[in-house]
Amino acid sequence: MNSFTLTQATAADEAVRDLTSHDGAAYLGGGTNLVDLMKYNLERPTHLTSLGLLPLTDISSLPDGGLRLGALATNADTAWHPEVEKRYPLLSQTILAGATPQLRNVATNGGNLNQRTRCYYFYDLATPCNKREPGTGCSALTGPNRVCGVLGTSESCIATQPSDMCVALAALEAVVRVQGPDGERTIKFDDYHRLPGDHPEKDNTLKPGELVTAIDLPEEGYADHFTYLKLRDRSSYAFALVSVAVGLKMNGNTIEKARFALGGVAHKPWRDQEAEKMLEGQTASPDLFRQVAAKVFAEAKGYGEGSLHNSFKIELGKRAIVRALKQATEMSQVVNPNVFLNSNP
Amino acid sequence: MSQTIATPPTVRLDSDVIGKPINRTDGPAKVSGAAKYAAEFGVTGPLWYGYIVSSPVAKGKITKIHADEVLAIPGVQQVFSHENVSSFAWFDRAYKDDVAPGGSPFRPLHEPEIMFNQQPVALVVAETFELARYAASVLRIEYDVEKHNTDLDSVIGEAFDAPKGKTGFVPPPKPKGDMNKAFAEAPHKVAGEYIHRAQHHNPMEMFATTVDWLGDGKKMKIYDKTQGAPNVQQYIAKIFGLSTDEARVISKFTGGGFGSGLRPQYQVFLAVMAALELEHSVRVVMTRTQMFSFGHRPHTLQKLRIASDDQGHIQALEHKALAETSQFENATETVVNWTGILYNSPNTNFDYQLSKIDVYTPLDMRAPGAATGNFASESAIDEMSYKAGKDPLDFRLLNYTYSDPTENKPFTSKRLDDCYHEGAARFGWDQRNPEPRSMRDEKGMLVGWGVAAGCWDASMQKAAAKAVLSADGHLTVNSATNDQGAGTYVIMTQMAAQTLGLPMQQVTFNLGDTNMPAAPVQGGSWTANSVGAAVKDACQEVGKKLLKLAQKMDDSPLAGVNFEDAQFVDGHIRANEDITRSVAIEDILAASGEDKIEADGKAGPNPINQLKYSMHSHNAVFVEVKVDEDLGTIHVTRVVNAVAAGRIMNPKTARSQVLGGTVWGLSMAMMEETYLNNELGRYMNHNYAEYHIPVNADIHKIDVIFVEEEDDIASPIGVKGVGEIGMLGVAAAIANAVYHATGKRVRELPLTSDKLL
Repeated sequence: MNSFTLTQATAADEAVRDLTSHDGAAYLGGGTNLVDLMKYNLERPTHLTSLGLLPLTDISSLPDGGLRLGALATNADTAWHPEVEKRYPLLSQTILAGATPQLRNVATNGGNLNQRTRCYYFYDLATPCNKREPGTGCSALTGPNRVCGVLGTSESCIATQPSDMCVALAALEAVVRVQGPDGERTIKFDDYHRLPGDHPEKDNTLKPGELVTAIDLPEEGYADHFTYLKLRDRSSYAFALVSVAVGLKMNGNTIEKARFALGGVAHKPWRDQEAEKMLEGQTASPDLFRQVAAKVFAEAKGYGEGSLHNSFKIELGKRAIVRALKQATEMSQVVNPNVFLNSNP
Repeated sequence: MSQTIATPPTVRLDSDVIGKPINRTDGPAKVSGAAKYAAEFGVTGPLWYGYIVSSPVAKGKITKIHADEVLAIPGVQQVFSHENVSSFAWFDRAYKDDVAPGGSPFRPLHEPEIMFNQQPVALVVAETFELARYAASVLRIEYDVEKHNTDLDSVIGEAFDAPKGKTGFVPPPKPKGDMNKAFAEAPHKVAGEYIHRAQHHNPMEMFATTVDWLGDGKKMKIYDKTQGAPNVQQYIAKIFGLSTDEARVISKFTGGGFGSGLRPQYQVFLAVMAALELEHSVRVVMTRTQMFSFGHRPHTLQKLRIASDDQGHIQALEHKALAETSQFENATETVVNWTGILYNSPNTNFDYQLSKIDVYTPLDMRAPGAATGNFASESAIDEMSYKAGKDPLDFRLLNYTYSDPTENKPFTSKRLDDCYHEGAARFGWDQRNPEPRSMRDEKGMLVGWGVAAGCWDASMQKAAAKAVLSADGHLTVNSATNDQGAGTYVIMTQMAAQTLGLPMQQVTFNLGDTNMPAAPVQGGSWTANSVGAAVKDACQEVGKKLLKLAQKMDDSPLAGVNFEDAQFVDGHIRANEDITRSVAIEDILAASGEDKIEADGKAGPNPINQLKYSMHSHNAVFVEVKVDEDLGTIHVTRVVNAVAAGRIMNPKTARSQVLGGTVWGLSMAMMEETYLNNELGRYMNHNYAEYHIPVNADIHKIDVIFVEEEDDIASPIGVKGVGEIGMLGVAAAIANAVYHATGKRVRELPLTSDKLL
C-alpha cells in the first residue's frame, strides 16, 4: 500500500475540485472495495477524497413519482428503507442477496456501482490481466474462470461486474446522477457500465473527476411481480454464478411489461431488450420463458468445460431465467428466494 | 441440535468430572480477547516487522534482487534473500521436522531456484508493518523462468509406489485371492473413478511468529502459530544450532490448524533467522494469499472396483489411488487401507501411488487420506448395494466385519453396528423409499437419503506431563501439547481433577510451551489419549506421594492401604473397602510441611497390544438432501452422525468436534476446491471470497450420537479421540443422498450445481 494524503470533503462540488486538483486521486466512499484493492497493491492512489461528510445520504421521493437514492446512503439503509421495501422490493431483496450485513452496513450505493470485478486474475498481481494492466493479456480466457462471463465478452477480457444491486437497478431502468468538473449530468443505467471490448480497464462511462451523487428510480417498481434469483456456490457471501432480476406488470396471466437483467454473466448487468419485448403482450408460459431464455443466450460464448470453467453458465443461465420469470409471474416466492428455508424448526 | 450418549458403559459418580459436558476452561479468555495468539504478543524492546515476498512463478531461478533500492527507503532494516542468508545447516536432516515425509525438505531463502509458485524469495524487515509491506511491494526481482508442470493428469504415467518414511503412514494392505477373476465372475459389480482436486486448510489465524529477542546471548521467546511447539523448537534448534534454552517456543492458542500447523511453516524460519541476524525482535505474519503457498490436501485420482454374489456378500474389492506430491518430498497419506478395514472380501487389491508436479508438498488435512479414500469407497459401496438389490444400510451390515481383514487382528472394540442402528433410528431410515427419485418434499423438491460409514485410527504417541500440587491445595499440570480448538485445555483439567478428586476450579492445566514436558504435535486424534494418559500418570504419582504422606500422619486412617486400594474423591483419599477411612488432602499437605508435591508422568503406545489388536474409531452418517433439479442446487437439510470412539471425556467439546467435522465433510462434499491454473502453475482462488467454505445458512440440523465403548486396550484411559472421525462418512453420505434424490452418481467433488445440470 502506498502512502497517501486524504481530504474530507463536505460538498459534492468541493469533492470534485479536490479530486481534480490532485494527481492519482480517488474518491473514498465506504471503502469496502477500494481499501481492499489498496491493501492488495492493485490500486495505488496518492490522494483520497473522502466522501464521508457529503450530504448525499438521503432517500427521498421525486416529483415524478420516483425515488432518489443518495449515493452515500449505505446499502443496508437503502435495502431496509420503508419506501424501498414497499415500492421497490426487487431492489431491497437484491441488495440483501449481496455481501454480508457487515459490508452492507458500510458500503454505499455509489460505491456499489463502482466496485471492481472479482475475477481471480484481476486480484492477483502475479498474473497477466488486461483490466489491471492493459496489454498484458487475459489469463481467464483459458484458465479457471468459473467466476467469469459468457455474454458480451471480448478476447481482451471476460470479467464480470460483481454487484447484485446493479442487476436490479438495470431491470428497474434507474438513472445515475453524476457531478463532474463540467457540472451535473445523468446517465441511463444501461449506459453506465460498459462492455470490455478493447478497453477492459474501463468499467464504466464516467468521465475523469465525475462523482456519482444519486441514483434515481422511475415510478414503476414492479412490486406485484418481481423476483431476484441468485445462484451461487454457497448461501451467503458468494458472488453470483448467475443471477436474474425480474420486474413484470401483469394483467391476469398476460405480461403487459417485462424488464429483467442478469448478473454474473457479463462485464455489466446484462439486459436484452428484444427478449423483454418477446414477453410483452404474451401469456406467461414455460414455453415462452424457454424461448426468451434461448434468445438471451443465443450469442453466448463459454470459455471451457468442467466446473472450473464457465461454459455451464449458459445452460444454468437459461434455466435461471425460466425459473425467475416463473417466480415473478406466480409470486410463489414472496420471501427471499436465495436463502433455503428449512421446513424443520 | 441434540445429542445423546447411547448406553453409557461405565457407572459414574456424581463427583466425576470426566464424561460431563463441562465448558471450556479457556472459553472466557477466548471470547473476551484475553487469549493471545502468535502475532499478538508484545516484546521487551521495539519490534520490527518482516514481510514475505513470494515468487510469482512456479519454476525457474532468481537472477537478480534489487535490494539496494529498497534498503534506501528510511526505516527499512534489511532485505533477506538467498544472496545474503548464510547456510545455517548443511544437511537436509536439520530441516526435517517430526512429521516430515520422505525427501528433501524445503529450505527457505537457501537457493535461487524456484520450485513452486508463491515460494518465499525474500523477507523485507522494516520498523513498521506498513513500511515493510510497501517496501516488499516495490522490491524488484528478476527471474529466469523455466517451464513448469502442475498438471497431475499429464504425469499419471510417471506414478510410483508411495514410499514409506512418514510417521503414521501405513502402506496399502497386501492383495488377497484373485481380484480380477473374482470380479469377472461375480454377478453384480461396479467400477468407478473418483476425483477431488487440491484443498487448502484455511484456518482463521494466519501463520505468524513473534520473536522476542531477550538481549541475553541468543535467547529468544518464539511465539508461533503451530500445532506443536516442541516440533517447531527442534526444527529451529537444529537449523540454527541453538539450545532449547535459547529457542523457547510458545503457542498458547492456535486459531485453527486442521493439519496446516503440523509442520513448522516458513514464517517461523524467517522470523527466527531475521531476529538472529539483526539481534532484534521481529514479527512475521503470512498474508491470506500466502496461506495458499504451502501444504494442502492433495489432488487425488481414485479407482474402485467392487463385486458381490447374489446374496450381497462382497467377493471382490479393489481400491487404487494416485496423488500429487512435490518435486522435493513424497507426501504420503493412508488413503486406500480404510476400505479394507471396513469390509471383508476374499479377493482384494490395494494400490497407492504418487506423481510429482511443481507444487509445494501436500500436507495432512483433517482426516488426511481417510477423507479422500472414504468418499470414493463409501460411494462405491453405496453403488454396489443398489446393484446387489440391497438397502445401502443392510448391505453394509451384511458385509460387517468384527475383525480387521487387512491385518487379521481383532478390533479392541468396534460398535459401528450400534452406530448404524442408533443413527438409523434417530434419522428414521426405515421410512426411506429405496427407489431413486421416489421422494419429494411439500414444495416438490427431490429428497434423498444417504448413509456412509467412516473409520479412523485410535492411536497413541509418546507424551509427558508434570503435576505440581502446591501447599494451598491448587494443582497445576503442564504439558507442551497444543489446543487448536479441540478442547484440550478443559479435558486435561478434567483428567487431572478426576485423578486426584479435586474440584475443577482447584486445577490449572497449561500447555504450549517448550519449557514444559514434551508432547507430540496435535494431530491424528491422538492428543486426548496420549496427553490424557500422561496427565493421569503424573497426577497418580502425586497421589502416591500424598498417600505416603498421609500414612505418616499420626494414627493415619489410611495405614496399610495400597495405592490401588485407595480412591481420590471430593478432596479426600479414602480406602475403597471402607470409605470412612478418609483423610482430606489439605490436611495431608498441612501435616507434611512440604510447600509442594510434584511428579512427572508419561505415556506411550503399548507395543504388545499394537501387535495383537487393530485399534479404530468408527462412525455412521445419515444425510438428507433436497435437490432443486432444474437449477442443480443441493441443500443438506439433516445429518445424523453416530460416533463410536471409546470413552467420551467431555460430551460438549467432543460434540463440537464432531459438529465441526460434519461441517467440514459437507464443505469437502459441496464447496472446497483450490483452482489450479496449469498455465500459470498457480492456485487462483486464494482468499475467503473465492475459496468457499460453508456459511451458517448452509448448515441445517445436525445430530450427534456417541455410542460409547469400553476399551482399556486401545488406551489406558479408554479414549480413542474424535478429531478426525466426525468428518468421515459425511461427503460420501451426501453424494449417496444426491444419488438417491436424483438418480445421478457424481464421482467428482465438490458437488457444485453445474455437475447436476
